[in-house]
Amino acid sequence: MTEKKTNRRDFLFTATYAVGAVGVGATIWPMIDQMNPDASVKALASTEVDVSAVNPGKTITVLWRGKPIFIRRRTQDEIAEARSVKLEDLKHPEKDEDRAANPEWLVMLGVCTHLGCVPLDQKGEYNGWFCPCHGSHYDISGRIRKGPAPTNMEIPKYEFVNANTIKIG
Amino acid sequence: MKNFFKIFSFIILFSGLSLSTQAAEKVEYLKTDWSFKGPFGKFDRAALQRGYQVYTEVCSSCHSMKYLSYRNLAEKGGPEFSIEQAKAIAASFEVKDGPNSDGDMFTRPGRLSDKFVMPYDNVQAAQAANGGAYPPDMSVLVKARGGGVDYIYSLLQGYEDPPAGVTLDDGVYYNKYMYGNKIKMANQLSDGLVEYSDGTTASVEQMSKDVTTFLMWSAEPHLESRHQMGFKAIVYLIILTILVYFSMKRIWSRIETEV
Amino acid sequence: MSDHEYTPKSKFGKWFNDRLPLLTLANHLTDYPTPKNLNYWWTFGGILTFCLITQIVTGLVLAMHYIAHADMAFDSVEHIMRDVNYGWLIRYIHANGASMFFLAVYIHIFRSLFYGSYKAPREIIWIIGIIIYLLMMAAAFLGYVLPWGQMSFWGATVITNLFSAIPLVGEGIVTWLWGGYSVDNPTLTRFFTLHYLIPFLILGLVVLHIWALHVPGNNNPVGIDIKKPSKDTVPFHPYIVIKDGFALLMFMIVFAFFVFYTPNILGHADNYIEANPLVTPAHIVPEWYLLPFYAILRSVPDKLLGVVAMLSAILILAALPWLDTSKIRSAVFRPLYRQFYWILVADVLILGYVGAMPAEGLYLLVARVATAYYFLHFLVILPVLGWKEKTLPIPLSITEPILGGSPNLATAKNKESLNK
Repeated sequence: MTEKKTNRRDFLFTATYAVGAVGVGATIWPMIDQMNPDASVKALASTEVDVSAVNPGKTITVLWRGKPIFIRRRTQDEIAEARSVKLEDLKHPEKDEDRAANPEWLVMLGVCTHLGCVPLDQKGEYNGWFCPCHGSHYDISGRIRKGPAPTNMEIPKYEFVNANTIKIG
Repeated sequence: MKNFFKIFSFIILFSGLSLSTQAAEKVEYLKTDWSFKGPFGKFDRAALQRGYQVYTEVCSSCHSMKYLSYRNLAEKGGPEFSIEQAKAIAASFEVKDGPNSDGDMFTRPGRLSDKFVMPYDNVQAAQAANGGAYPPDMSVLVKARGGGVDYIYSLLQGYEDPPAGVTLDDGVYYNKYMYGNKIKMANQLSDGLVEYSDGTTASVEQMSKDVTTFLMWSAEPHLESRHQMGFKAIVYLIILTILVYFSMKRIWSRIETEV
Repeated sequence: MSDHEYTPKSKFGKWFNDRLPLLTLANHLTDYPTPKNLNYWWTFGGILTFCLITQIVTGLVLAMHYIAHADMAFDSVEHIMRDVNYGWLIRYIHANGASMFFLAVYIHIFRSLFYGSYKAPREIIWIIGIIIYLLMMAAAFLGYVLPWGQMSFWGATVITNLFSAIPLVGEGIVTWLWGGYSVDNPTLTRFFTLHYLIPFLILGLVVLHIWALHVPGNNNPVGIDIKKPSKDTVPFHPYIVIKDGFALLMFMIVFAFFVFYTPNILGHADNYIEANPLVTPAHIVPEWYLLPFYAILRSVPDKLLGVVAMLSAILILAALPWLDTSKIRSAVFRPLYRQFYWILVADVLILGYVGAMPAEGLYLLVARVATAYYFLHFLVILPVLGWKEKTLPIPLSITEPILGGSPNLATAKNKESLNK
């Protein structure tokens, strides 16, 4: 067998393997992608909440994308408390002004950043939230103060459609 | 190899046979050229948009389309209204939602994620309003009828005076393409019934074609990507088959037996 | 199994293989001596394995999105078709895959009939194959119920009512199958469970089918026993692998054509109408692959006997190795059998055709004649043919077919000497 012939054979087999591998990959992708959120789930991106009935010092919980959203109407005392905390005391430094553009309303994803449990309202050492799963304490701005959670509770994208309606997402 | 082509042609023949048995009891339907037929077929966007108009202005007072959402109107491969247009369309419908915190149901303007609003609350209400006949949901209607698009297209234009000897009860109409020729839906289309915003003349034929195209899309919303992917897949398979064929020849040449 | 001992080259390989001989198995599968004269009809075993894997994988995916509840099944299928990423593709592959699976299995069975692959020493392979075929029919029927369309519902009603033909306990069995007084939600959920289970049973039986095959080795178009390994055989890899692969790709082109361009042609339009217990579709037909048996069922005017005839038509195949008395395997050397073989093929196609037509008039008459002939073929023609037929000279080996020998030489008694 000549040198040239061997090369041609190698090329043919390599090409066959390569083209075959591309096909296998292209076939596997739909089987993986089908587990991603489908079109109807993606479409449910926003929800509107009427907050006219929430009194100061109260929290309501609404469902958004399958997760709880805490909407708290804070009292003046609570706002003052949240704004007075020094950034260097925080594990995850964030100003309350950045978390609550309208200081009266705190809109926050009610999911502990440790392992995803839902913290309890008005519990814990900082008068905010307390996660019963592994003991994370959050303050009245939803910032982590003590316990295993690494970051503050997340603020979703939201806006006031009018004085009484918040659109989340 | 000869033997192989025998098998292959057998499979083709068989497939052909199974197709022809399906076609056995066919009525001669009206013919028109559908843009979505064939391996490269695509929907005519303008026809889909006009078809949606016919559906909303004519059909939707009785026929639901419960599997469609307003967002579908803006999706690729469909009528492709702009997002703003689709939002405006959705907002023009009153959607029932709730219960609210007081436990009451309420209505609000539709959103993209909402399903098409149904004309009746349930099948019984639909029957009561239509003399006992349930106007079928139209989401997959094209696939649920043997003749498919040709049947729907023909049916819409198939109203005639009954031939001598055929008596019709009240609320029953004669249609030459309907199974058994008796249909409980009156002729809905007449020339100029809708006013197309793109200036197309709204003849009965045109409206039938447009709304049938729309129904084909609603039954098979991924038809375009299916056709495109199919073309790629088959071209790919042919290339790989040729490569494997020559590899096979090369390998079997080691033992001098014909493959 | 393999004719030579296998020792892995690497130290770890040897250590592992001594504890779990997977490498020995892999070596057996790659080296497995296969007759080199196998034609393309033999590639359908590999194609069927592909079909089974495809159905299992796409089925698992569909089960992630499907909801087995009478109120939601139809909606969830539409959800798969519209919203799930690539859902339409996966469902169309699964639905058409069932048809392709049966197409392949029928070719596989008729290849076996032509070349006498069911004869000694391969009876167990054949019988396992028949059980797989029965399970395939069960899986296909159960799967067809799941979309909960009109054909699903009425197909389920008609088929489960077959059991009511059993005297005394029939009605009780049907109620038990339904879990109610009609086909309803309990029926759907249990059908879904069984539809999920059966493919894995089939997978297990396929392993046994292949295991049983690897004991005597493949039959071949000439139908004589061959020495393994010898100049008459080639190792499975790469020779048969690449050939099966080539045939599989051709098969996939046909498959792809159905999936992408005519995905609903093999189904029935009525199944896109949600199940309605109040209205039966005008024309109930099973899927094409069950039509011949459906024709047999309808050709018998008695309820119980019809069911018995239909079941016998399948079960009679299991007795085939003993009904066919001829010692010659391949139809190539059986001129008379060859003709009857093609008549049987035509008979089954005719049964399939009349099965799709209304059971009345000429169709019914044809169905009855074809049914009678079907049983005649297996119960009378085959046994008699074995004694009476004058067979052609059998070659001594597949590499020297022209040298030939007398038919006597190649009968079972002399096979041993042929191998030496």
